[in-house]
Amino acid sequence: MSNVLILADFVGSKATKTNAELATAGARIGEVTAVVLAPAGQGAAYAASLNRGPISKIVVVESDAFAANGVAAVADILAQIIAAQSPAAVLIASHAFGKEVAARTAVKCNSGIITDAVDVSADVTATQLVFGGSTTVHSKVSHGTPIITVRPNSIDADISDSAAAVETLALQVTDASKKATVTSSQPPVQGGRPELTEANIVVSGGRGTNGDFAAVEGFADSLGAAVGASRAATDAGWYPHSYQVGQTGKTVSPQLYVACGISGAIQHRAGMQTSKSIVVVNKDPEAPLFEIADFGVIGDLFAVLPQATEGVKAHKS
Amino acid sequence: MKIAVCVKQVPDSWAEKKMVNGVLDRENVDAVLNDLDEYAVEEALRIAEAHGGNEEGGSNTVTVISMGPERATEAVRKALSMGANDAILVTDPKLAGADALATSAVLAAVIAQGGYELVICGTESTDARMSVVPAMLAERLGAAQLTFASKVTVDPTSSKVSITRVTEAGVDEMHGQFPVVVSVVEKINEPRYPSFKGIMAAKKKTIESKDLAAVGVSAEGAWSLVADATPRPPRAAGVKVTDDGSGGTQLVSFLAEKKLI
Repeated sequence: MSNVLILADFVGSKATKTNAELATAGARIGEVTAVVLAPAGQGAAYAASLNRGPISKIVVVESDAFAANGVAAVADILAQIIAAQSPAAVLIASHAFGKEVAARTAVKCNSGIITDAVDVSADVTATQLVFGGSTTVHSKVSHGTPIITVRPNSIDADISDSAAAVETLALQVTDASKKATVTSSQPPVQGGRPELTEANIVVSGGRGTNGDFAAVEGFADSLGAAVGASRAATDAGWYPHSYQVGQTGKTVSPQLYVACGISGAIQHRAGMQTSKSIVVVNKDPEAPLFEIADFGVIGDLFAVLPQATEGVKAHKS
Repeated sequence: MKIAVCVKQVPDSWAEKKMVNGVLDRENVDAVLNDLDEYAVEEALRIAEAHGGNEEGGSNTVTVISMGPERATEAVRKALSMGANDAILVTDPKLAGADALATSAVLAAVIAQGGYELVICGTESTDARMSVVPAMLAERLGAAQLTFASKVTVDPTSSKVSITRVTEAGVDEMHGQFPVVVSVVEKINEPRYPSFKGIMAAKKKTIESKDLAAVGVSAEGAWSLVADATPRPPRAAGVKVTDDGSGGTQLVSFLAEKKLI
């Protein structure tokens, strides 16, 4: 049976839930080997946190270069493992770091690359949603080892426990991959909410909030949701740019997207229209976003959201 | 310093895009300079201005490098009108349908020929949206990769470039020595509008056109192929209610009914 590599995804020393999604997709193609790249001395702890999904084997490489030299060091080791194992495919989480690792790895391995896949089939065909989700594309890598980045939250993961055998590989990051140096790293300020692109539910605010995100945040917290914002809201300085959903911000496809006071320019739609369910709250009955809403409330978000927040709390209690 | 800025001409991001035979239909839409590349041009100009300028007699040059069809000269001309010195456009029929790997190979070859110390890109193009070309360039050039920069500091004397990298994973401080490949995020600056003087001056600036043979790269085409592309059915609008004082409660009922809470 063929072998599939997944590059294990970590936030700090904790494996993310994206790993089970990558493993689930990988297991359709072959036996999944997870590549764990950890700081010196921490390989066992990192590997132990990777405990969900159909992972057959874990290979660990320890080096402080992964943190100190970033993308180039990770791609260096991943390419060495690909060269040694000739996998049928390599799956990587599709965020900024993962896409850059995929980019450099593809160059090193003379391999084709597909980014932002929302699904991968047994014959290594990737499904992508392009042009703001308006078109579904199926594509295949035609040269070398397929290197595919998969968007978090896109694949229904098998989250059964895994008890994969762990093997440590003695590989060295080459000096050519140490040209950029990271001197400090700060994790994003999260305020206890889930990460925007990984969240099952996203509640976003726009121009209609007039800069007051309290009602949006209150509703988000009642749902355990991430908070997003339209470009109008981030450009006005009402919410940080890192929370912007849209063509020039994050692309999200949660189970539920709640847009509050957002009219729905193409710019915004491009970042959220692949959400499974869409709820819109807006005073303006003509807001274009109502056209794609599964449920719309024409009303003042400052009245509707607090009532809904109480309703959700009552439902959950 | 010799500064290169990589730019791409893309379909206007407000235009409706279609696939024809597995590639983006670029013929029948308005084409513009990729929005996100304007930040790269602006940053290159600001860096040049902070270290002796790029006017005649200045100590820096800012060269725009692009790959695309003949009509990409329009996008390149816009970057020149903002204040870049000159431009190189690689245009060759063999490059139609080129993927990011082929694009990065061509751009890297041009950059290597020109011996640029600092290469600046936008983070992604608004059409393909892969965000991979800057990392591929760094790999191909053996240059330090300093990408997703929200701040760039250059010290030409020590050849050191420092950036603040901002991604969903957090904020990193990074640095490297020339040659470096930098990509800049859109909040880094406010791109200038070309002045009338700038637009007039740009008409006289040189856009050197090169084909693949001149660049010394063989056409690779694409190493990933589209099997099919289907427009998704438009989402049907669902239930719309007007808030009569129970809008929030009705919303919760909808969420409960759909098992979303």
